[in-house]
Amino acid sequence: MKTPLSWITEYVDVPDHVTTEELTARLTMTGLKLEGIHSPGAEIAGPLVVGRVLTMEPEPQKNGKTINWCTVDVGPELNAAHGTGEAGRGVGIVCGAHNFAPGDLVAVVLPGGVLPGGFEISARKTYGHVSSGMICSAAELGLGEDHDGIIVLPSGSGEPGQDVRPLLGLDEEIIEFEVNPDRAYALSLRGIAREVLVSVPGATGFRDPAIRDTPEANDEGHPVVVEDPVGCPVFVARTVTGFDPSAPTPEFIAQRITAAGMRPISLAVDVTNYVMLETGRPIHGYDADRLQGPIVVRRARAGERLTTLDGTARTLSEEDLVVTDDSGIIGLGGVMGGETTEMSATTTRVLVEAAHWDATAMFRTGRRHKITSEAGKRNERGVDATICEAAADRVVELLTTYGGGQAEPGVTVVGTPPPMPVITVAADRAARVSGLDISEERAVEALRAVGCEVSGTGTLHVVPPPWRHDLTDPQDTTEEVVRLVGYDTIPSVLPKAPGGRGLTRSQLLRRRIGRTMAGAGYVEVVTFPFVGEADLDALGLDEDDPRRTTLRLSNPLNSETPGMTTTLLPALLRTAARNVGLGTTSVAIFEAAPVTLPRATAPAPILPVDRRPTDAELDALTKALPDQPLHLGVVATGEAESAGWWGDGRPVAWSDAVDAARVVAEALGLELTTRPADTAPWHPGRCAALLLGDVLVGHAGELHPRVCSAFGIPPRSVAAEVDLDVLLEHAVHLRPSPSFSTYPVAKEDVALVVDEHVPAADVEAALREGAGELLESIRLFDVYTGEQVGEGKKSLAFALRFRAPDRTLKEGEASAARDAAVRLAAERTGAVQR
Amino acid sequence: MSGPNTEYDPVEVTPLKADEVEAMREAAVAAIAAATDLESLKVVRLEHVGDRSPLALANREIGALPPQARKDAGQRVGQARGAVNKALAQRQVELEAEHEERMLVEETVDVTLPTNRARRGSRHPITLQSELIADIFVAMGWEIAEGPVVEAEWLNFDALNLGPDHPARTMQDTFWTEPADHHVVLRTQTSPVQARTMLTRRPPIYVACPGRVFRTDEYDATHSPMFHQVEGLVVDEGITMAHLKGSLDHLASQLFGDGIDTRFRPSYFPFTEPSAEVDVRCFVCRGLDSASCRTCRGEGWIEWGGCGVVNPRVLVACGVDPETYSGFAFGMGIDRSFMFRHDLEDLRPLFEGDVRFSSAFGSEI
Repeated sequence: MKTPLSWITEYVDVPDHVTTEELTARLTMTGLKLEGIHSPGAEIAGPLVVGRVLTMEPEPQKNGKTINWCTVDVGPELNAAHGTGEAGRGVGIVCGAHNFAPGDLVAVVLPGGVLPGGFEISARKTYGHVSSGMICSAAELGLGEDHDGIIVLPSGSGEPGQDVRPLLGLDEEIIEFEVNPDRAYALSLRGIAREVLVSVPGATGFRDPAIRDTPEANDEGHPVVVEDPVGCPVFVARTVTGFDPSAPTPEFIAQRITAAGMRPISLAVDVTNYVMLETGRPIHGYDADRLQGPIVVRRARAGERLTTLDGTARTLSEEDLVVTDDSGIIGLGGVMGGETTEMSATTTRVLVEAAHWDATAMFRTGRRHKITSEAGKRNERGVDATICEAAADRVVELLTTYGGGQAEPGVTVVGTPPPMPVITVAADRAARVSGLDISEERAVEALRAVGCEVSGTGTLHVVPPPWRHDLTDPQDTTEEVVRLVGYDTIPSVLPKAPGGRGLTRSQLLRRRIGRTMAGAGYVEVVTFPFVGEADLDALGLDEDDPRRTTLRLSNPLNSETPGMTTTLLPALLRTAARNVGLGTTSVAIFEAAPVTLPRATAPAPILPVDRRPTDAELDALTKALPDQPLHLGVVATGEAESAGWWGDGRPVAWSDAVDAARVVAEALGLELTTRPADTAPWHPGRCAALLLGDVLVGHAGELHPRVCSAFGIPPRSVAAEVDLDVLLEHAVHLRPSPSFSTYPVAKEDVALVVDEHVPAADVEAALREGAGELLESIRLFDVYTGEQVGEGKKSLAFALRFRAPDRTLKEGEASAARDAAVRLAAERTGAVQR
Repeated sequence: MSGPNTEYDPVEVTPLKADEVEAMREAAVAAIAAATDLESLKVVRLEHVGDRSPLALANREIGALPPQARKDAGQRVGQARGAVNKALAQRQVELEAEHEERMLVEETVDVTLPTNRARRGSRHPITLQSELIADIFVAMGWEIAEGPVVEAEWLNFDALNLGPDHPARTMQDTFWTEPADHHVVLRTQTSPVQARTMLTRRPPIYVACPGRVFRTDEYDATHSPMFHQVEGLVVDEGITMAHLKGSLDHLASQLFGDGIDTRFRPSYFPFTEPSAEVDVRCFVCRGLDSASCRTCRGEGWIEWGGCGVVNPRVLVACGVDPETYSGFAFGMGIDRSFMFRHDLEDLRPLFEGDVRFSSAFGSEI
């Protein structure tokens, strides 16, 4: 809400010593936040004065244009300074506009002046004359978009040479407030002035623009029938006849509605907007001559259509409130009028509608038809229902004053304002809630200051004023009292929480995972969880891969990525590519974030809010949501160890990705096993399924070459994705202390030749089992392929360590265990000892 | 080799003569002193102390002497061998020390060479800041609550006094999921976690809820469709706005420095009433020299978040008796807090994943 300060002080007196900054600071602290103080003339500098046009000579030009060569009196001093005109009486100015005549007062900027946009004025030769300045249009002064002609000031409004800024409101301070959605009343000067009264110390003399003597309702006005008094409790109609549609809008109205961000259109339209800003009550004007028969207000019938003022043809819903006449629907009540009865340049009879509409219906209609308008904004948030007659009368007054018409005697008033609720509230509630010492007297005083009727002691019965639809509950009156006593007086007291349990185990472990990954050389990133078909195609997922089934958004920001991702990898691969593109050739990144796995569900119920839902209802809510397991995604490319003075670097390998998963599992006290897998987006021969016992927890390995190329990262990049929820669930807790034998160790090495397709893990498992309980550890220390073992074979070299917990091993015990191990490995995997 | 010597007259055994023994000793000691390194000392040892060294051979002759002469000769040879061994040991120590000293000098490296062979990892600054904030609350005895980001509409809106026709629903631009009649959204705030907490636990409740939230904001320097919030909720007997102020002042001073406090301005949120905008005192200029301050842009205060007294309607919907309990709630952007705490003008680096950005923060902020 933007308004000139001078408009506010038209309705309330503020002591002279209160500066604009102090005034707006007080309003900010009571809830009307200052967004900014603007001055329309801030960009204008230098001499901008009143000029009287002395002579104007039309001079047709070769280009078909006719310019006016004018002499303008800008006062003796400026005439002397810039006077190149005849007989030293004025300055010579070339002007392209024609909407003025000799004798008119105009706004003149003289050489040395600067207009908005940094436009510097100097005397210059044009069309065969030296033009010593410019006669200004409203647009040139930043006062709107009207380029049609120059500004003609009302006669007698100033003397030549006088600064024109005050006359045009260019020196005004325009204050912009942020109005919270509950305070619709502050979308009016009436409401803002009232806030000044209650907020600014010393402010007095509130003059309510909505209190005025209005003529009695009678039967002579335009007939109106309201079929839906719930949707439209009050409908007031007045008519002005003999109106001059060409009458200009008075400067003060044009300036004020421009300051408020509206465009002056015509006197009739501008007046309705002006009164809306003044009182908060939206007004609609009809061309009364285009109305056919009585006005009927009703709900629309399904499928009915209306072309609104904005030229949009709309299909209406049964919930929409419409205004009709014999011709059909002529307006979407309270939201936007229709084309057929729109006021135009030929309108001489105006029907003024001031109606109160149901706020919820307004909100729904506005949302349904995607209409946002100044009227709709006020109607859907709640307007004072008691001021319809006053607002209509004010419009009639302004139309007849400035448009030369007459008010017709008919005054149509249908319906009565709905009553305001009675709020029953403990008198000490504000004190209890705020922690402030607020007496009952102070609380009552505050409520009365904002217009409430208050009765009772101990327990207060509060009737809010009709403009305060936001006051319905005890907490609403509480907020009123506390904000007027002052939020800045609330003391600071730290509450004493009972002894807490600290972070949960899961929270601690997730931090540990993050630190572990950072310690292992990976950089954490945060990505958006949105995914599209192109991403999933780039991963090379099969048509029936479950990761292709995403939860889709109805309103994605980007239509290319309408789904909630099922895997962290696409975003990580894009991130890796971005880093490579930025010249970081070795990248190792991770993210721990939830993915969204849809499942067939019933809809989430919309539960009541007047009680706690039952456990069954809550269960239904939970069951309606997709699975959202926490995943760990890892991507690495380039070098795992960099080249340097120490020698060559080591490129990342499939094993780095597997190890990243293992390092995280180990941080949780878990051991992962692997087995070969063929899963997108990995290389079919270099992908490990990661297992915790028998449970598949993820995959890791080298990426498929096509995936690398699809995402634009170097070949042989690696990745892993792990379901952290499963790991967290099994994380080892309360591990018993281990004990270690101090007897001598016996070491045995074996080299076993197996078929190259036999997984080393299988051979190791067989050795482990066959070696029995004396085996302390086993480690694969070499893999050899080549002539010595033959084609299609590989040699696996294992170091076995044997030790007994309670004695030194006897001669031959270790070798016997080793032999048993080799036998089982041979039996299980076809291994042959070299 | 040992055994009685019967071949010649023992009295005439030359090597046992005093001057001969003395010469042998002197030769040995001189050779030891002349050894310049451990290798040459080894040769000297063989020559003068070994089994075939003159003194060793002389020693062997002693047995051939008549008994009355043995004592004298034995003493003479013994003393000489002792002196040689001592000299040898001493020289050994000297040469070992010299050798070690030389070796250490030779092994000198250029310790200014780079050492960053292994990759350096780091955590994301927003994660770190979330953890920092969580720790502040945990230190106050609060707990950290969490919930799903894909959330039921009822928990994101209705339970929080945002009914279907509440104008405030249009304040928040919500991502809706398909099908629309399933009433599932991407949470627009972490408030549903508060609702979940109240629905599953009995007061006293002291929780903070950090997490990801989503709004349909176009991605630019100050907006992101995904960002991070932390909300706080306290429900207990006798809770007032003063407790809210105290908690936020404490958070502000922990996060931004001693003496940094907050101020409240009246505002509107459906889930709280009274409601307030909370501003934090500018921790750069402290409001003392605001005019030139970039951080608060001359305000002295920085808009931080929203807060208020939990609306009793919310308590009722979440099964808390508003006659017995009252509460407060607040929420602020973690990303936004990070931006002004760390002088970041454009939030996009937080979500672009340029490893140089996260790496700059390491594992502590």
